[in-house]
Amino acid sequence: MSEQPRDAWTSTPVIWLRSILPWLVGGVLAFALYRYGMWSESNQGSRLAMPIFHFKILSLIGINAIMAVSLNVVNGYTGQFSLGHVGFMAIGGYVSGAMTYYGSMILWQSTAIHGELFGGGDFLFLGALLCGGLVAALAGYVVGLPSLRLRGDYLAIVTLGFGEIVRLILTLTRPIKKTAEEVSQAGLLSITHNANGSWALDGWMISVGGALGFDGIPKYTNLFWIYLLCFATIIFCYRLKQSVLGKAFVSIREDEVAAEAMGVPTTRYKVLAFVIAAFFGGVGGGLFAHEVGILISPPEMNFLKSVDYVIMVVLGGMGSISGAVLAAIALTILPELLRDLSWIPFLPKALHDVSDYRLIIYALILICVMIMRPQGLMGIKEIWEVRPALWLRAKLARKEKSP
Amino acid sequence: MTKFLQTSIDGLAVGSLYALIALGYTMVYGTLKFINFSHASVFMLGAWFSLGVARLLGWGQAGAEVPIYAALVVLLATMTICGALGFAIERLAYKPLRSAPRLNVLITAIGIAMLIDNTAALEKKAEIAGYTIPIGFGTRPQRMPSLFQDKAVAEIAGVNIQFVDIVVVISAVVLMAGLQLLVFGTKLGAAMRAVSEDTRAAALMGIPVDRVISITFVVGTMLAAAAGFLFAAKYPGLNQPAAANWALLGLKAFVAAVVGGIGNIRGAVVGGILIGMIELFGAAYLFTQLRDVYVFVILIAVLLVRPTGLFPSGAVNKV
Amino acid sequence: MSEVALQARGVSISFGGLKAVSGFDLTLEKGSLQGLIGPNGAGKTTLFNLVTGVYTPSEGTIHLGSQRIDGMRPHQITRRGLARTFQNIRLFPDLRVIDNVMVAAQTHMKHGLVPTILRTGGYRREQLAIERRARELLSIFNLQGLAGEQAKNLPYGHQRRLEMARALATDPKVLLLDEPAAGMNPQEKLGLASLIAKLRKEFDLTILLIEHDMGLVMDICEQITVLDYGVVIASGPPKKIQNDPRVIEAYLGTPMTNEE
Repeated sequence: MSEQPRDAWTSTPVIWLRSILPWLVGGVLAFALYRYGMWSESNQGSRLAMPIFHFKILSLIGINAIMAVSLNVVNGYTGQFSLGHVGFMAIGGYVSGAMTYYGSMILWQSTAIHGELFGGGDFLFLGALLCGGLVAALAGYVVGLPSLRLRGDYLAIVTLGFGEIVRLILTLTRPIKKTAEEVSQAGLLSITHNANGSWALDGWMISVGGALGFDGIPKYTNLFWIYLLCFATIIFCYRLKQSVLGKAFVSIREDEVAAEAMGVPTTRYKVLAFVIAAFFGGVGGGLFAHEVGILISPPEMNFLKSVDYVIMVVLGGMGSISGAVLAAIALTILPELLRDLSWIPFLPKALHDVSDYRLIIYALILICVMIMRPQGLMGIKEIWEVRPALWLRAKLARKEKSP
Repeated sequence: MTKFLQTSIDGLAVGSLYALIALGYTMVYGTLKFINFSHASVFMLGAWFSLGVARLLGWGQAGAEVPIYAALVVLLATMTICGALGFAIERLAYKPLRSAPRLNVLITAIGIAMLIDNTAALEKKAEIAGYTIPIGFGTRPQRMPSLFQDKAVAEIAGVNIQFVDIVVVISAVVLMAGLQLLVFGTKLGAAMRAVSEDTRAAALMGIPVDRVISITFVVGTMLAAAAGFLFAAKYPGLNQPAAANWALLGLKAFVAAVVGGIGNIRGAVVGGILIGMIELFGAAYLFTQLRDVYVFVILIAVLLVRPTGLFPSGAVNKV
Repeated sequence: MSEVALQARGVSISFGGLKAVSGFDLTLEKGSLQGLIGPNGAGKTTLFNLVTGVYTPSEGTIHLGSQRIDGMRPHQITRRGLARTFQNIRLFPDLRVIDNVMVAAQTHMKHGLVPTILRTGGYRREQLAIERRARELLSIFNLQGLAGEQAKNLPYGHQRRLEMARALATDPKVLLLDEPAAGMNPQEKLGLASLIAKLRKEFDLTILLIEHDMGLVMDICEQITVLDYGVVIASGPPKKIQNDPRVIEAYLGTPMTNEE
C-alpha cells in the first residue's frame, strides 16, 4: 500500500501526539483492567471475577506473547535461527527474581508483597525486571557478537548450547537464603578458599536455589503488568518493523549478500536484533518468575521451551507480529484444549482427552505446516495487511490491461 | 596413574560412540547440507530397540541362557529397523523439502525428533486381534539386559578393562573401517562423494541422486543405531525415550562433527574421540558437575577460532 | 590530469588451487564509462566481487579515490560511494518495491534505534526525506506506480530497473553494472544505453560495465578492458579492442566488427 507523504504530519505537536498516543491508549486500557479488578486472582471483590484457571491462561498468554514477539525480531526479521531464547528467559527471570527477593529482604526484612499497585514493592519489581532485561541483553551481546558471523545452521547450535549452558550453570547455584541474617552475612558475592584446598563461592547473587528452583520470589506479576509490558513490546517491535531500520533487518533475511552490498551493516544489525530479542526475552522471563504459582527452575528452562517459542514464531509467520501473537494464544490454549475435547460433536469417547499426545500433535502440526505452508499463517505480513495486498494485485492487473 | 588409565579407556569408549553418531551428522550435512536434528532420536531408538529385541528374543530374563551370537543378532536387527525408519524419514519428510529454505528443513527435523521421542515414550498399548501390542516404550527408565559376559578381560596398572569397553571400541572401529571402505573404495561411495560436492553436476553425470541421498541417510542412521546399541551395552540403565539426555548426547556428537570439520568423515572420527576424551578428563580432573559444559565451551572456541573445523572440507561459496 | 575514481593494481585471488584473477590492473577516471568484457568464466563477476569487498584479494590493492578499500567489508565500501548491481538479480523479494530502494538509502541515515522507536521529529523528517528520494528514483525508472508491490511480483524487466534504482539509492560516486542488458530485446537495449548516459550525467557517476552485448559495449564505452582466464589481455578504446587479434582469438567465433 503506497503511503502518501503528508506534510501536516511532520509538524511538532502532531509528532509528539502520535508518538505518545499508543502509550496513552494502552495505559488507559491497562488501568481499566486494574480498576475493574482483573489485575490479580487474589482480588476477591472484583466486578469481573474469573475462575483462577482463566487468570493463569491469560497470564501465560501475555508472557508467551512477549517471548514470541521478541524472538520474532531475530528469527523473523533478520532470519537468523536462534534456538536458545529460553536462555535469556532464564537469565531475566533469575536476575530479576534475585533482585526482588534479596532486595525485599534487605529493604523490608521480608519477602511478602510490599504495598499496593505502584507502591514500593512494585517499584522494586519494575526495577528488577529492567535489570533482568538488561543483563539478558548483555548476554545477548556477548553471545551474539562472535556467533552471528557464522552460517545459519551453526548459530542454531551455538544458541542451543547457550541455552543449555545457562541451564546447567543455574543447576549449580547455591540454595536460597531464607532469613535476613543469612542474607546480610553472606554479602553480594564472596570467594573463600577452604582448608582442604577447594574453593567455595557464596553470596546472595548466586544463591538462587540450584536444581530445585528459585522458591519464594515475591509474586508481583499480575495481568496489568503483563499486558502493559506485552503492549510495550508489541509497539516497540511494530515501530521497528515499520521503520527503515526494520526494513534493513528484513533485507538481511531476504538476501544477506545483496543487503551488505547495499550498505546494510549486516553483522551489526544482526547483533542488534539479537540484543533486542534478548532484552524483551529477559523481561518476559522476569514476569514469568514473579507469576503466582510458577516456580522457576532449571529443568523447566530447557531446550523444549526454546522450541515452543520457535514453533510460535514459525507457525505464526516469520516476521509477523500479529502472527506471533496469534500463535502464542493458540499454543498456550492448545494444551488445555486437548485435555477436554468433549465439546466436539461425534467425537468418540476415547479421544476426549488427548493430552498425552500433545507433543506428538505439536510435532505433526509443525511438520505438516513446514511441508505444506512453510511461510506459516501470516508469512511476513500483519493481519491488517492481508486484504489490501489482494486488492492491489487486482488493481495492477487492471492497470496492465489498459494501454 | 590408575585414574588416568581408567579415564582414558572411558574416554575412548565414549569417544567412539560420539564418533559413530557424528559420522551420521557429517554425512547428512555433506549431502543434504543441513543439520539433521532428528539424528539423536534415532540414536535413542537404537538403544531402546536393542532392549526390545533382546527381550523379544527371550534374552531379557536374569540368568537366562544368552548365546554368544546374541549381541550380533540384536545389533543387526536394530540397525535394520532403524535403517528402515531412516529411509522413511528421508523420503516422507526431507525429500519434499529439498528446495525449501534451510530454516524450514531444520524446523522439520526438530518436529521429527519430537515426534519420534514422544511416540516412543507412549505408555499406550493397542489391542489387536487379542494381542496386546505396546505402541511405545513407556516413560520409565529400564535396564538393558546384559548380552556380554560381565567380567574384566584384562588388568593393567590396577584398572579393570571390561569386556564391554573392548567390544564398544572394536565394533566402532569395524563400523568406521566399513564406512571408509564404502565411501572411498566403492563406486557407490564415489557417487556419494560426488553428490555431496555438487548435487546438480552429479545428476547431470547420470548419478541417481535421490537413491544416493537415501542410501547416505540410511547408512548414517544405521551407524547411529549401532551407537545406540553399544551405548546400551555400556550404560544399561536407559532413560525414557523422551528424556533430555539423549538429545544432549546427540548434541555432543554434533559438536564432535563440527570440531572435526563438518562434512568430513575423518574429521567426525577424530572429533568424536577428542570430544569424548575432553569430556571424561574434564569431569575427572576438573569439576564433575560441569561435565556437559566442557563440550559446549569447546564448540564455542572452535567456532570462534576455526569454524571449518580440524579438517575443513574446502568448499567455497560462490556469489 | 583528471581525478581517478577507482584504481586496481595487481589484484589477484585464488579459489582452492585455481587462480581466478591474476595481476589485474584498472584505472577508472572520474566521470568515465568503461566496459569490462571477456568470455564466460573469465573472472568478470569475481572482479566485481573483489572491488565491492565480497572477496578479499590475495594480492594487490584497490583504491576508491584516495581511500584504500581492499579488505573492507562490502557495506563499508558502499558507504564510501561504490554501488553495484548483480548479474542474477538479487532483490529483496518479500519487501515492497519502495522498501527495496529505501533500505539502500538508509546507508547514510543518521538516526539510530532509539529515535526510531520513539519516532522523534528528527527521525520522522529523515524517514520522509528517504521516502521522497526513493520515489524520485523510482520515477526515473518509471516504477513509481508499483511502489507498493512486493518485489517478487514484478516482471523481469521491471526487476532489472529496480535493481539499478536500488543501487543508485546508496548515493554512489562509482557504479558497477553487472550485465544490465541481460535478457533484453534490442529496443530495450537502446533504452538502456540512453538511460545509462542520462544517469551518468544527472548523478555525476563513474560507471564500470560488464556486458556480453558487444554492440552496446562498443557504442557507449569510452574504454574497454578485456579479461580472459582471469588475466587482462587488452585494454583501450573500442576501435583498438575490436581489431586486437588476442581479443578476437579469445572470443573465437564471435564477430567483433559491427556489420551493416
